[in-house]
Amino acid sequence: MSVDAPDKLNAQIAGLDALEIQVKAKRNIPAAIWGRLWPMLLAISIVLAIWEAVVLAGFWPEYVFAGPVTALGELGNRLGEGEFWHAVATTMRRAVSGFLLAILVGVVIGGAVSRVKLLRAAFGSLITGLQTMPSIAWFPLAILLFGLTENAITFVVVLGAAPSIANGLITGVDYTPPILLRAGHVLGLRGISLYRHLILPASLPSFLAGLKQGWAFAWRSLMAGEILVIIANQPSLGEQLHYARELADSARLLATMIIILLIGIVVDVLFGAADNALRRRWGLDQRIG
Amino acid sequence: MTAPTQELGHGRTEGPAPAVRLDAVSKVYGRGATSLLALDQVSLSAAQGEFVCLLGASGCGKSTMLNLVAGLDRPTAGTIETGGKQIAMMFQEPALFPWLTVTGNIELALRKLDRKQRKERAAELLDVVHLGGFAKKRPHELSGGMRQRVSLARALAQEADVLLMDEPFGALDAMTRDLLHDELERIWRERNLAILFVTHNVREAVRLGDRVVLLSSRPGTVIEDYPVKLERPRRTESADVAGLAGEITVRLKEEVSRHAQVSKPAHEKEAGNVG
Repeated sequence: MSVDAPDKLNAQIAGLDALEIQVKAKRNIPAAIWGRLWPMLLAISIVLAIWEAVVLAGFWPEYVFAGPVTALGELGNRLGEGEFWHAVATTMRRAVSGFLLAILVGVVIGGAVSRVKLLRAAFGSLITGLQTMPSIAWFPLAILLFGLTENAITFVVVLGAAPSIANGLITGVDYTPPILLRAGHVLGLRGISLYRHLILPASLPSFLAGLKQGWAFAWRSLMAGEILVIIANQPSLGEQLHYARELADSARLLATMIIILLIGIVVDVLFGAADNALRRRWGLDQRIG
Repeated sequence: MTAPTQELGHGRTEGPAPAVRLDAVSKVYGRGATSLLALDQVSLSAAQGEFVCLLGASGCGKSTMLNLVAGLDRPTAGTIETGGKQIAMMFQEPALFPWLTVTGNIELALRKLDRKQRKERAAELLDVVHLGGFAKKRPHELSGGMRQRVSLARALAQEADVLLMDEPFGALDAMTRDLLHDELERIWRERNLAILFVTHNVREAVRLGDRVVLLSSRPGTVIEDYPVKLERPRRTESADVAGLAGEITVRLKEEVSRHAQVSKPAHEKEAGNVG
């Protein structure tokens, strides 16, 4: 039996490779955007229609429950007010700084618990338990400890978000695929380099999911906190909600709620984009069909 | 163990010191009543530059043996000597890191070099496995055979003297496997590697090995050590390869059917796939 010459072998390998590489269909970007947009627009129209229908049904007077036209008009007016932007800025500053602090705390705790068996036995289920605790239940204690200050709000935001972030990291470390650990061992990865090159990157998807959930908790805690802990001369979105209710200004109340919802959606989209980018890089985005 | 290996000039008593030597190695999983003897007093060695195929049915502990040599697991008894040689391992799965590019995966095995040397070395190794044009791709963008070649390049990057291969081509289609056999044979020769190659495919073993070591199942022991003196390069479909493979298959089937006659305690059946 004769054996193929080396260059023939090369050609065979190259040919097989070319055949096996997946051919990607070019994406039509405007069509893709429209494809995602129209269901959203449809959903928004339906919500607005139901809202208007409830208002027209006349269960409540206009000053208690304003219609979409009034509320959106108020929203438009508010976009021109300095106070409104001041409120948004204060709320976002608190959200971001609280969330960053929660990341720090979550990573330190998650890292320690995932690494040390004793800590895991002691605190593992406590962290999961904390996750289920409604953050508003922390406020009375926070106000006792810190008074009606921003520290009370930050305290609760961190307590709300950190357990999810820690849990995301712990889960990621736990679910590092064993085959990769074996490969890492054979490649001589030990100790710090094992974490740096293998365990931390491998736990990234789960960590990102923890961050996303942590953000949701932080945002909820923050809103609860801003309604409860009102600081003089410090407008914030929660505080605006509070005063809108006191003044029975329903349009203003609903306009502020829409802003809170929008911010939540925008941040969620950002996390979604990060998650998608990660999935694309890792090849986890291959859908069926 | 039978004597024929000595005819190859890779004898265990005379000739050069072996690259890998297992001496009466046993491995027991679990304890007490539920324990499972995976390997029983296995002695085996491979010389530098020797290609040894380990062949056996499920439960013969062939993967266990590689794990022990790689240091992924410890033997219960016996000794494994590798004389300080660098050992690399390939698995049935490519086991590439999905967050790194093809080059990044290989560079991970080159951590000792500086950045520039790493880049050059990785590029060279990709050329060795005919993947020069795919350096920037991510593992999921490649086919199974290509990933396995990246995995091979990563193993080669370790500058190993001994390459352990645990059914590395088991999941590939016949044509790709055939091409990779040619590739592996070329690389093995050029680098004078000692290779321990685990497979359950008899023809593959005969196609590649200088020796085919047949293992029994539960517990794993060496039952036969066939020298393969067929001229290289060989073809999997050639009559010579088929002839010897047929002979070995008969012996393997005898070994497998032996297990049908012995009624085993339930826990040993349950105790899983160590092979």
